[in-house]
Amino acid sequence: MSDTAMRQKRDVTIGRLEELQQRERIVLDIEGIGVGVYFLHGEVRAWLNICPHQGGPVCQGKIMPRTVQKVGPDQKSKGLGFSETERNIVCPWHGFEFDILTGKHPSNPKLGLRALPVRVENGEVIVTV
Amino acid sequence: MSDTKDTKTAPGIRELAEITGRSDTRDVLAHATKQAARSYDDYFVVDIDAHVSEDHFWTEVLELIDNDVLRQIGLTQSKGFGGSNALLNISPGLSHQSVGGRIGHQGRREPVEGVPGHPFVTAARRGMDAMGLDYQIVFPSAMLLLGMHPQDDVEVELAKAFNRWMVEKILPQDARLKGLLYLPYNTPEVCEELVAKYAKADDIIGFTVCSTRNNAVHADCYMRLYAMIQDSGKPLAFHSGYHWGDPSFAQLNRFLSMHALSFTHYNQIHVTNWLVNAMPERFPRLKMLWVESGLAWIPFLMQRLDHEVLMRPSEAPGLKRLPSEYMREMFYTSQPMERTNMKLLEVTMEAFNAETQLLYSSDWPHWDWDAPSTIADLPFLSEQAKRNILGLNAARIFNLDTTRKKPAAAQVLAERPGVS
Repeated sequence: MSDTAMRQKRDVTIGRLEELQQRERIVLDIEGIGVGVYFLHGEVRAWLNICPHQGGPVCQGKIMPRTVQKVGPDQKSKGLGFSETERNIVCPWHGFEFDILTGKHPSNPKLGLRALPVRVENGEVIVTV
Repeated sequence: MSDTKDTKTAPGIRELAEITGRSDTRDVLAHATKQAARSYDDYFVVDIDAHVSEDHFWTEVLELIDNDVLRQIGLTQSKGFGGSNALLNISPGLSHQSVGGRIGHQGRREPVEGVPGHPFVTAARRGMDAMGLDYQIVFPSAMLLLGMHPQDDVEVELAKAFNRWMVEKILPQDARLKGLLYLPYNTPEVCEELVAKYAKADDIIGFTVCSTRNNAVHADCYMRLYAMIQDSGKPLAFHSGYHWGDPSFAQLNRFLSMHALSFTHYNQIHVTNWLVNAMPERFPRLKMLWVESGLAWIPFLMQRLDHEVLMRPSEAPGLKRLPSEYMREMFYTSQPMERTNMKLLEVTMEAFNAETQLLYSSDWPHWDWDAPSTIADLPFLSEQAKRNILGLNAARIFNLDTTRKKPAAAQVLAERPGVS
């Protein structure tokens, strides 16, 4: 059994939903377990702060819009662009990117972040660790 | 439902900050410290390839240039458009290593105010402690492309100045830092002078040629140099690199494409020339180390050259064995270690006897660095193989003392919980 599994589950109120909405992300170390809590398009997500690549602090990097390859109806390239809706968590160690809402890598959907339970109660964002 | 409920200000809960190009190395690498504590804290670990960000201290190097004219040009450039790239041939506008700023540690400028000693040594020591390294061998960064510089005298003068800077200013400040002497390979006679001068320097544990260049390694002008290095007993390392100006790579429209191919390209060419011209037979005691090309190219080249040599032995008449057999006696560094297919990686390591021939390298603080856990966590390696690759192979070929030099990982974490 892992250390995490043996620990007593703990609810942590990370703040008001408005604060998370304004900051977009709050990252906490809760007795040695890192968790990043995100707000995007009215949704809240919580991801473990460990990159599946080399274990880097994935939630502490930049947040970037997903880069897209624009292609015209004639299949000719229209160059690079930023997605207007999708935003990615970027691991500061090596640049691995993960969609904030799905936790999946844009090039390999089999690779993803580990989700933690998170909910909003009475306007407060509560993560269970 | 949970058993307890807290706020983010409760005891045992800390908010973690974003990691940026100004973050302390210990914070950036705190997860590596935890990995060390978990799995390899009692290993002897040597990082064969880390980098000096010499551009941050470039004026210090320029001031050590012997030639009055080039020193004056360099220092003048450094105050103007050339800045921290004065006299160098890198193209800052083509340097996409940070992926548009997503990866901040390459070229980072962390706070070192108030810490005695050179700022580079402070940052390097933090990195060594955080990763659990007993020794770290440092290479230049921007100078990796100097082999393509059109002015040979600039390579010579910068090589001499950089070597002096390393030997006189940097390496004496921490016994865990070691260097490989930069050889200005476009000018063999100066390489010989430098080997003669530094062969017995304790902190210079080998010699390096930056692979990004078009010199044929079997050219006769290098035979005396190889003989001198062989007699020194210290290894000769070819450190690979990239060069987007290479006509073949000019077809590639993304940094990742060019980077993926060029780092293997240059060392493949040099190994091919080295073998086909039977250099291992001519310098059998010369320890050859191939740096920063990853591993996947090795079994490819072994098979490819074996196949061709078997059909055309008259074109490689100096060889007494298959190329792959010589390649199994060479040494390689691990980073950037391809590992999306564990089965392929295992077979790759078997192909060149990684247990005795592979040396861990981090490439820190460059963008595609590898933590020691990339070796320590491999599922198919024996405990002894991990220990060999992470440090004991390096100790053997570089003659390093294997007594513990690093602080305990738990101590590093306790002294600086950090923000990550």
